[in-house]
Amino acid sequence: MLLVLARRLGNFVPTLLAVIALVFLLFSVLPGSFISGMNEDGRSPIDPAVMERMRKEMGLDDPLPLRFAKYVANIATGDLGISFRTREPVTKLIGVRVWPSLKLVFAAMTFAISVGVTLGFLAALRPGSLLDTVSMVTAISGLSLSQFWFGLMLMYLFALQLNWLPSFGYGDGGLRNLILPAVALGVGPMALLARTTRAAVLDVLNADFVRTARSKGMSERRVVEWHVLRNALVLVITIVGLQFGSLMGQAVVVEKLFAWPGVGSLMVDSVFQRDMPAVQGCILMIVLFFLFINTLVDIAYVVIDPRIRYG
Amino acid sequence: MRKLIWLAAAVAAIAGAGLAEAQETPRKGGTIRMTAPYAASFGSLDMHTTPRAQDEIVGKALNRTLYNWDSANGKLVLELAKSVTPAEDGLTYTYKLRDDAYFHNGRKMTADDIIWSFTRIMDGSKGYPGARYVRIIKGAVDVEKNQAKEISGLKKIDDFTLEMTLADKVDPGYYFFAGTTAILPKEEAEKPDFASHPVGLGPFKFKEHVPGSRVVLERFDKFYKPGKPYADRLEVLIMAEAAARDVAFRNKEIDTSILGPAQYVAYRADPDLSKGILEVAEMFTRAITFNHSHKPFQDKRVRQAFNYAIDTDLIIKRLVKDKAYRAVSWLPLSSPAFDKSVKPYAFDPDKAKKLLAEAGYPDGFEFELTTSQNESWGLPIVEAIIPMLAKAGIKLKPKLVEVTVLTDIAMKGEHQAYIGSNLTGPDSLATLQCYYSKTPRTACNYTGYSNPAFDKLLDDAAASLDPAKRNDLLRQANNLIYDEAPVWFFNYNKAVLAYQPWIHGLQANPTEITHQYPEDIWVDAKSPAK
Repeated sequence: MLLVLARRLGNFVPTLLAVIALVFLLFSVLPGSFISGMNEDGRSPIDPAVMERMRKEMGLDDPLPLRFAKYVANIATGDLGISFRTREPVTKLIGVRVWPSLKLVFAAMTFAISVGVTLGFLAALRPGSLLDTVSMVTAISGLSLSQFWFGLMLMYLFALQLNWLPSFGYGDGGLRNLILPAVALGVGPMALLARTTRAAVLDVLNADFVRTARSKGMSERRVVEWHVLRNALVLVITIVGLQFGSLMGQAVVVEKLFAWPGVGSLMVDSVFQRDMPAVQGCILMIVLFFLFINTLVDIAYVVIDPRIRYG
Repeated sequence: MRKLIWLAAAVAAIAGAGLAEAQETPRKGGTIRMTAPYAASFGSLDMHTTPRAQDEIVGKALNRTLYNWDSANGKLVLELAKSVTPAEDGLTYTYKLRDDAYFHNGRKMTADDIIWSFTRIMDGSKGYPGARYVRIIKGAVDVEKNQAKEISGLKKIDDFTLEMTLADKVDPGYYFFAGTTAILPKEEAEKPDFASHPVGLGPFKFKEHVPGSRVVLERFDKFYKPGKPYADRLEVLIMAEAAARDVAFRNKEIDTSILGPAQYVAYRADPDLSKGILEVAEMFTRAITFNHSHKPFQDKRVRQAFNYAIDTDLIIKRLVKDKAYRAVSWLPLSSPAFDKSVKPYAFDPDKAKKLLAEAGYPDGFEFELTTSQNESWGLPIVEAIIPMLAKAGIKLKPKLVEVTVLTDIAMKGEHQAYIGSNLTGPDSLATLQCYYSKTPRTACNYTGYSNPAFDKLLDDAAASLDPAKRNDLLRQANNLIYDEAPVWFFNYNKAVLAYQPWIHGLQANPTEITHQYPEDIWVDAKSPAK
């Protein structure tokens, strides 16, 4: 177990370095800058002398290799730099966004797992039944839905028509404001999980060892609990892990739509305004989250299926 | 019986009148819920550091500047001073400051605060955006260049008297009503967490900022306007998505919402929503800016032909859904120098062809137009004008870029032409300086326009101390720009703010409709907000 953990953590550093270099290079070749972007709608013209001063203040006059070296050296000390836009440390900027993001991602995955796995499991137990058809139609619809459109529909139905929930905002950070964005974000993973669970359970149900268990007289309930669930879980956990890890990055649309103050909406704002330190910080945060969740998944594999060993 | 009916009718009429009056009397208390629609977050609440329209929505409640824009009368008014006395040289102004303005920390504002704020803005090691305004004060540039510690043009006579000497003969009001020149308290602004705990002179004091979600402010009881603000609380809610804003507005979760063209049509058609629409011709001119170093655009006849070749009214009606006013020349409708007798270029393809032939382009020419995706002044508009120009023989090749990049391209002169939105007020002199030959391209002369006749009009206007004469010269300059057509005059933005029936006192601010003075706004008892 410790070996798995050590190997995983060892992979973190090169992955992070590659991501940092890629983001840094991409933003250095993108046209436009934070300073010119301030006047994006003609509402905030900046005069050339101020632009020049800002460029100097933000270190944008330095050669690219020097800027990169400085950035990497700062990251090594935990300093993600100063946001061009807010002139505050990026760590502070991201710090206040992490908790709302985590809340949203966990709520969305809770919805996705509880609904998706249940639907997939029930569908697999009765293949070809009405339940199976309904589950799979729901799953395929969920996969094809645009988060933006689905989110708007949720707002329209549950806020405007039924008046059950607020249509937007963080409120006091409670459940009422969380439900709609979590469902909008979780519908895609839910659908994927439903399909994956169904396929995995069906696969295991037809395996030789299940047939053997049944022929030994084991009750269907025990067969499912002891053999089917445990074996199907490996594939399901892989999908859960991948979805969980990438959901923070995917939350951009939902966060913007519902005015949810997470890392995603900070990132999209920072991209549009070319706030490089903030974008790099957000991407770093999202990648770290992805790596962390995947490490947890690897550990979970070993726990669920002791046959799995890492080199 | 008849007498009784008359009596009842009279009583009802008096009661009704009383009710109407009661409704007109501002109610104390309640919560105003405004929206911040331009981004998914605020940049900063330290208004010296941010020029963004989004941030200034909060800035108007938190802070105060030396001058204010009076939307009702379309002019600048003193805000932090009771009076101002200009000297005969047209450069020195003596301000009698308010002696009843308090910062939210309880300290009274004095002349020292204005001097400190302006000196901070000129800090040469920082890129404070307000420096473009403060630079007009004599000696401010020396501070910017670190050649002086104090701005020589600012002199404290006593705690409530300030003398300001300018470097040029301009109206200081245009320079010191911008939010980036807000007067801040030194002892608070120097704290490292000032941007997250701002303190100002405004009618509302800071309570809470949930980054990416909202800013909440509370009534400041020591605000200097008696009885104001009316509301107890002001919430500025971030809502960057128009569709989500629409749902929230219809669901009565917000009190105001900016409308785009599609929503404007829907709201106007709705019998209830149409009752709460505030419209104003904002000081933004949308135009295709020609780069005059590109050969065809050097010829005035080509530029005029361009203006004749496009059915601008049709585009405004069909694509912009009438959410714009037809542009005549560069200055907007609200400018005192706008000449109402001048008619916009007519749609006349034959005249366009004739002018092109006279200019030596009988078969037209080809050019590249840089555009963003913006729905009101971007690609959809460009796609509509392509066939119109083609009929005159002009072949337009669109080049799509991100909106962030437009200014960069314009400043570097890398465009043959680009379509964009341009701030054109409220200072008509500064606005027209974008066509002054000595104005560099990096400042705003994106056309590279140069005309000695125009320069002279502008020089004369700048030198004139008589407001009427100055205005007349600016009107002539604007009319000259109309004739010279350095751009395709498209439209002046019609800003549209939808508001709920329980909110009162909103102002049709042509400098930016989301920038409201919240001390004048009140909500009646019908508001669902607690």
